[in-house]
Amino acid sequence: MMGPGIPWYLAISSILFSIGVAGVLLRRSPLIVLLSLEIMLNAANLSFVGFSRLFGEMDGQIFALAVMAVAAAEVCVGLGLIVAMARRRLALDVDTLTELRG
Amino acid sequence: MGNFLVWVIWLLAAGACVATGLRVITAANPFSSALSLIGNLASLAVLFLLASGEFVAAAQILVYAGAVMVMFLFVIAYLGGRADAPWAGGTRLIQTASVIAAASLLAVVFVALMLNAGDRLSDEASVTAAFGSPAEVGRVFLTDHLLAFEITSIVLLIAAVGGVVLGMRSAAEEEDADS
Repeated sequence: MMGPGIPWYLAISSILFSIGVAGVLLRRSPLIVLLSLEIMLNAANLSFVGFSRLFGEMDGQIFALAVMAVAAAEVCVGLGLIVAMARRRLALDVDTLTELRG
Repeated sequence: MGNFLVWVIWLLAAGACVATGLRVITAANPFSSALSLIGNLASLAVLFLLASGEFVAAAQILVYAGAVMVMFLFVIAYLGGRADAPWAGGTRLIQTASVIAAASLLAVVFVALMLNAGDRLSDEASVTAAFGSPAEVGRVFLTDHLLAFEITSIVLLIAAVGGVVLGMRSAAEEEDADS
């Protein structure tokens, strides 16, 4: 390949994943936590596509597409939960939702 | 010359990727977070294109930056001012620990890559022009990965049903809203 090699892809992928982890740990709004999850899923996708190119096999890209479908499902349920929380007038703050804490 | 251009585009996309990613987790307004994530997904699509993932890049733009993010923006608009959340949770200690945790994860991944991968990552397989094209993706999906393809449809169906059930108003809530 003429452009950057796979190590560059992996570097960007791990940086993005760490950004997502920081977002999930730092932010309190469930919306932003969901957005950070998307960043982490996409970081994994970037690795999949990069490795798929490295080995010349299509399987990695197929897995990336499956991850995309799972992400769509996750957003569907996650946003449903957030809307249900808003309807019940619960605070949109993951630190105050402690009802299920053991 | 072509080589140089590929590098410039790649570095621009990668820089945009990291910058918009940081903006997603630092912006106070959820709208700017969601819009930055659209930029993040678009620049990732450019990186996918440069790694011969044409169909994945197109799906990324259509499904992710299009459909999923529009759903996000609808929910943020529906919630209105309630979606604005305090920037960070917990005490100063928890915030510092979170940043350290993320940074050390990054360090661990880098060290693991450097130690184990070595120069095995540099010899890329040569691929034909059809690699990553919709035709090739479709062929693999309907032959080698047919089960994954079918199960994905069931997962999406279950998620859709779950979304509807979560969005339904229950009788108890109606009473709550009336009183």
